[in-house]
Amino acid sequence: MNGINPEVERPHIPWPSHEPGGRPSLWTYSLLASLLFLFAWSYQGSEIRLSELFSREGGGQIVSYIKKLFPPDFSPPVLREAFHGAIETFAISFIGTLLALAIALSVVFFASRNLIYSGLLYEMEPRQGWKRTLRLIPYLCAKSLLNLLRTIPEMVWALIFVFLVGLGPFPGVLALGVHTGGVLGKLFGEVLEDVDPQPIESLQSTGANRLQILFYAILPQVLPQFISYTLYRWEVNIRVAAVLGFVGAGGLGQRIYIAINLFFGNQLLTLILFIYVLVTLVDYLSAYLRRKVI
Amino acid sequence: MRSPRLSSINRSEKSLFPYLFSLLFLSAFLDSWWRAGVRPSAFFEKEGREHLWKFLSGMFPPDLSWNFLSLMFHPALETIQISVMGTFIAVVMGFPLGILGTRTFSVGGVLNEADVKGSLSRLVLRWTSYCMARGILSLFRSIPEFVWAFMFVRAVGLGAFSGVLAIGVAYGGMLGKVYSEIFEGVNYRPLEALQSTGANKLQIFFYGWLPQVLPNFVSYTLYRWECAVRASAILGLVGAGGLGTQIEISMRMFNFSEVLTILIILFFMVAGVDYLSAKVRAIL
Repeated sequence: MNGINPEVERPHIPWPSHEPGGRPSLWTYSLLASLLFLFAWSYQGSEIRLSELFSREGGGQIVSYIKKLFPPDFSPPVLREAFHGAIETFAISFIGTLLALAIALSVVFFASRNLIYSGLLYEMEPRQGWKRTLRLIPYLCAKSLLNLLRTIPEMVWALIFVFLVGLGPFPGVLALGVHTGGVLGKLFGEVLEDVDPQPIESLQSTGANRLQILFYAILPQVLPQFISYTLYRWEVNIRVAAVLGFVGAGGLGQRIYIAINLFFGNQLLTLILFIYVLVTLVDYLSAYLRRKVI
Repeated sequence: MRSPRLSSINRSEKSLFPYLFSLLFLSAFLDSWWRAGVRPSAFFEKEGREHLWKFLSGMFPPDLSWNFLSLMFHPALETIQISVMGTFIAVVMGFPLGILGTRTFSVGGVLNEADVKGSLSRLVLRWTSYCMARGILSLFRSIPEFVWAFMFVRAVGLGAFSGVLAIGVAYGGMLGKVYSEIFEGVNYRPLEALQSTGANKLQIFFYGWLPQVLPNFVSYTLYRWECAVRASAILGLVGAGGLGTQIEISMRMFNFSEVLTILIILFFMVAGVDYLSAKVRAIL
């Protein structure tokens, strides 16, 4: 949902290439034109009223809203409530991420091509069409399951689970676990599909069976990346867990929802400060663990 | 090939870390399990089973009647529009804040060596702007876009505009941080070469920095746009326009076949945007 993404590689930045006299191609122009069109269309469609935002009335509305937030309410009952919310949010994200890990690990090995039906491990297999097809079925099932889990946003999963198991933090855990399970499954699958084949081959040549190859050649290679991706998703999940309460799934979000709806500005600011602290803490913790474990 | 296994074994022989970590992990797990009210049996109790059945049987077949689809057409487009404008605002806010939040750009570094030396007031001014930019960025991105959206709905009213502002502010914080990271990773030699020819700062910026960072900028911004589409699709749950509002309505009315239809629309929309953004990235 948000958070800084480590998947986007930052390749070595090359020196700017200059083609003297080179003119932008037709492609560039048409791309720019379509971007401009997209922009204009979106501007017109999304009811932007910047003039209103900067007018005295609209601006004043926002300023008065912000003014109402100060000072934050640090009275003991509010603090206690916020603290409970923060701990609950932490618990939801923690268990949710572990559930996601369990889901991803139990599905991903079926969803990576090189482990389930093709590549090095299956070179020696006789080329029997039906056997290959038989292996293709779990692969396709696992892939589409991961896609399904990933496509539906956490908040929608939360709505669904609130309907299924009732209000409270538990549907939040399920929503995080299910959606993140799909995401982690995809990320893990990508890691698995480009493992270094050499250790696998050398183990195979010693006569190791496939399970042994999995444990001694593949897992040691991918484990650091698995851990790092899981920690990254945990950072994302703490942010999501903080708002799952908006649809009735517990945590800080529930308190924020109430505070916003009842215009308890001062309490709202306290809760937002708690989110800020919690998110920052988890970011640090995750960075620390990443350094320590990997 | 590196062998991560080996190094971790070597390290663990000397330290207490693994034991402490396992202990902490286990206690956090047990406490969280209890606090999060994990109750797997909820699915198997009579009520849970009934709800599950009602949900699944209600979902199929999806409501593909022309009536409903035409009703969803506008919210789906609105979702895209919100994401485009939100990303635009995020870039407009993130870019200057990202520049100010780059230490090598605003405080020290090759460009400012001559400028900073000897003038305390300038140094203080530079540090303040740097710290303020960093603080604003971290505040913007630490508050989830949902909370921003909810607050904007209260401040400027229901509708797409508050969704745009929410995405703009939250993603502005994220983009700004990543922009400043990209800025810090530039190659300094072209900049120094430009400086030695007597180029002024603006010229150095346009001919030294920008050509180096632009590809990464565009690709990360496009990635964020993909995220913005997903986000704006659900921001409607708090009244900020787009498909989310429709999901909420259908869910509240227990019209699960409509929910399924909306999810299918969402799937195709997100897939289309991903495809488009990958295409654009490939051209660049």
